[in-house]
Amino acid sequence: MSRFKTKKGKDSPGINTSSLPDIIFMLLFFFMVSTTMREVTVRVKQRMPEATEVQKLEKKSLVSFIYIGEPKNTKLFGTKSRIQLNDVFASVDDIPEFIAKEREARDEADRKFITTSLKVDGNTKMGVVTDVKQELRKSGAFKINYSTRKKVKRSH
Amino acid sequence: MARKASPEINAGSMADIAFLLLIFFLVTTTMDVDTGITRKLPPPVEKDVDDVPVKDRNVLKILVNSHDMLMVDGKRSDVRLLKDKTKEFMALHPDNPDYPEVTTRYIEEMGKDFPASKGIISLKNDRGTSYEMYIMVQNELARAFNEMKDEKSVELFGVKYTQLVDEKKIKAINKIVPVRISEAEPEDIGGL
Repeated sequence: MSRFKTKKGKDSPGINTSSLPDIIFMLLFFFMVSTTMREVTVRVKQRMPEATEVQKLEKKSLVSFIYIGEPKNTKLFGTKSRIQLNDVFASVDDIPEFIAKEREARDEADRKFITTSLKVDGNTKMGVVTDVKQELRKSGAFKINYSTRKKVKRSH
Repeated sequence: MARKASPEINAGSMADIAFLLLIFFLVTTTMDVDTGITRKLPPPVEKDVDDVPVKDRNVLKILVNSHDMLMVDGKRSDVRLLKDKTKEFMALHPDNPDYPEVTTRYIEEMGKDFPASKGIISLKNDRGTSYEMYIMVQNELARAFNEMKDEKSVELFGVKYTQLVDEKKIKAINKIVPVRISEAEPEDIGGL
């Protein structure tokens, strides 16, 4: 079936890939700019409640996070809501030290702008959150932020 | 002098290197923008300080029990009604004994006096209240105050509060419509 034989010398030219690095670099820069580094491994469940009246957290460098929720590894840690500071589970009594360390890590001029972001799972009971808030009040970290997802308004 | 032409650098693997970097950043970074409701905690109370007496008509008591049920001023209520109730309570009702007292406050930014409600929203929750419910209540209260700020801003400057650019105007609105939410000292109120 010589009809199907391709004619010699009529190969389709190869696609020019010399601009491929540029495209990839563009993607790379996009991701570098629009994302933030993951700093801690979150060990508790984090399904935030939704809210409509949310504000963006400005100045990420001045925010310290407290994670509260049911441990992800329930076999090892049970289902009781736990507090996570940095990378480890902690108790309420560890919060003053944590706040002091966070304060120490910042410039003296910035210290009064430190916000504590409470990343609390929706199923948590308020008891543990209240304890944390009381401890924050005692440590002088008054600015707090209840982390929530932004709910999309269905109708206006 | 014969110059050897330097051989061209092979750029074929450039894409691979870039891919490698790209994948590294994709894996190690997160994209979520942190949003939330910002609140300011009150400084801790000293033990020997007596409670400041507040007139009953000036307080809107909101209670949430451990079954996520809501009570507003002694009556069972619903979260969906909370925003309008708050707005109605905080609105100015001069000479009406059912609503909070009205005073005038001098606003520096505007250079004149403004009437202000003495009303306070008192929020109290049980240790067993779910965080989701608590945020819902906080959100409704924030919505009420944001709407009041919007209304005031439209009235005074013709634009919504969120569209204000001038720092002074934003400050003025924040002073005219202060967010007066007080959270009670925690105690078990139960709810069985």
